[in-house]
Amino acid sequence: MGSGKSKKMVKSMQYKMLSLICFVLIIVFWCIASYGHLVQEVFLPSPTAVISKLLSMAKDGSLWANCRESIARVMIGWIWSVIVALPMGMLMANSKRFSAFVQPIIEFARYLPVVALVPLTLLYLGIEETQKYTIIFLGTFFQLVLMVADTVSNVDANMINAAKTLGAKRFQIYKEVIFPAALPGLIDDFRLTIGWAWTYLVVAEMVAASNGLGFMILRSQRYLATDTIFAGLIMIGLIGLVTDWIFRIISRIAAPWQERLGDSR
Amino acid sequence: MKKLTEEENGGRAVRLQVRDLGKVFGEGDQSVTALRDVNLEIRESEFVMIVGPSGCGKTTLINIIGGLEKQTSGEVLLDGKPISGAGADRGMVFQGYSLFPWLTVQKNVEFGLKMKGIPAPHRESAAKKYIRLVGLDGFENALPKQLSGGMKQRVAIARTLANEPEILLMDEPFGALDAQTRVVMQELLANIRRKTNTTILFITHDIDEAVLLGDRVYVMSRRPGSVRAVLDVELPGERSHNSLVLPEFLRIKKQIMDMLWQESNDAAMDR
Repeated sequence: MGSGKSKKMVKSMQYKMLSLICFVLIIVFWCIASYGHLVQEVFLPSPTAVISKLLSMAKDGSLWANCRESIARVMIGWIWSVIVALPMGMLMANSKRFSAFVQPIIEFARYLPVVALVPLTLLYLGIEETQKYTIIFLGTFFQLVLMVADTVSNVDANMINAAKTLGAKRFQIYKEVIFPAALPGLIDDFRLTIGWAWTYLVVAEMVAASNGLGFMILRSQRYLATDTIFAGLIMIGLIGLVTDWIFRIISRIAAPWQERLGDSR
Repeated sequence: MKKLTEEENGGRAVRLQVRDLGKVFGEGDQSVTALRDVNLEIRESEFVMIVGPSGCGKTTLINIIGGLEKQTSGEVLLDGKPISGAGADRGMVFQGYSLFPWLTVQKNVEFGLKMKGIPAPHRESAAKKYIRLVGLDGFENALPKQLSGGMKQRVAIARTLANEPEILLMDEPFGALDAQTRVVMQELLANIRRKTNTTILFITHDIDEAVLLGDRVYVMSRRPGSVRAVLDVELPGERSHNSLVLPEFLRIKKQIMDMLWQESNDAAMDR
C-alpha cells in the first residue's frame, strides 16, 4: 500500500512538472520573440509591458472591477442555465414522451449561432444586465440540457433495476440512485459549459457593455493597446484555470467513490 | 396443471407460481417468441434452479418474475396474488455488479431498509447482521471499488437478504467470477440458505452449479424457452465442493448434460 502511494505521488509530481514546463516554454518563446525584436511591439507586447499594464490596472482598481463584472455575468447566466437544464435533462432521459416533446426544438435552437440572436436580445431586453445573462444562458443552455440527458441516460440500468427490486419508488430512484450515479458526469458537463459561458460573455460584452473583460479587450483594439488585450486574455485564462481547478475539487469532494482513468493524477 | 396438495409438497406452502407464461418481443414478422407456456412452482424455503442453453430466455423469465419486464401472456403469483411491477418482496441479485459505488458496504446493505423508511439504528444493526452472514465483517466502511468481484457479490447478496424478501431471485450471480471464487460463493450460498431458510430461485447455465445448489432443477428448452424437465436433486450430506464427485451428483449431471446437448444440437439443426 505504502509503495503504491509513493508511486502515485511521483506520478502526480511528474504530471505537475510537465504542465509547468509547457507554460514555461510558451513564456520562453514569447520572451525570445519579443525581446529579440522578431515581432513588432504593436503585435506582440513584451512580457514586461503586459505585467506592468496588469499592475497599473490592479492599482487603479479597473482590473478587479472588470473581472468582477465579467465573473458575475458568467456565473448568473450559467447558473440559470444549470437550474433549468438539470431537471429538464433528467426528465428527458427518463421520459420518452417528454423527450419527444422538447428534443426537436432543442436540437433546432442548439444550431442557432448565439451571435445571430444578439440583435433580438437587444431589441427585447435593451442593454441591461439581463441581456448579458440571456446571451450566456442561450449559449450554454441548449448544449447543457442535451449533455445532462445523455449523462443521466448512461446511468447503469443494473443499478436502477437493483434499486427497484430493493423497493425504491420512482422519486427515490431519482434521488437516491440516478442523481448520485450521474453526479460526476454532471459536474464534468457543468465544467465544460462554464468554459463556453466565457466565450458568450465576450460576445455579450462586445456589443453593449461599458465594463467587463470582453469590453476591455474590444476597446483596446481601437487604441492598438495590445498590452491591455494580452492582459485581458491572460486574466480570462487564469480565471478559467481557477474555475477548472475548483470543479476538480468539487468533483473529488462530491464523488470520492469514483474510479477514474488516470486516477494517478 | 395438476394442483399439488399440501401433503404432496411436503406440507410447505407454494411461494411462487408461474402459470402459462409467454413472452413475445416485437410485433408481426419481426416478432420473436422468447418464452412459451412456462410453468414453475417454488415452495417455501425451497432452492430451485433453472438451467438452460444460452438464449433460452432464462434472464427474461427471471426479469418478469422480478417485475422488471412484462409478460405477454400468463401470470406470476406470489403467495397466491398476482405480482405487479418490481417490489421488495422479490429481491434480486444480478450477474453484473449492481452495487451503488458511492455508498459504503454498510450503506449499500442498508439501502432497501432506508427505502422502507426504517429508522437508522434499526437499519444499522440489521445490516451488520447480514454483513456478518456473508463473511464481510470488518469491511463495513469499504467502498465497492475496493472490493474484489466475489466480495461485491457478497455485498449484493447481503443487501438483498437484509430486505427479508419473500423470495430471492438470482440471475447468474456467479457467472463473472473465476472458477475457485465461484465454488467458494456456492458453498457460502448453500450455507446462508441453511441458516436463513430463504426461498431461492437461481438461474444458471452451469450444470454443476445447478445440481450442487438446487433441491430441484428445471431444465429449459432452447428458444422459445419452456420447461423441458424437472429433476429432484437428493444428495447425501451437506452441499459442498465434495458433493461435486458423488455418484448421485454425476448421475443427475449426466442427465441434464444429455438434455442440454440435445437442445443445442436441435438448435443447430433449426438454423
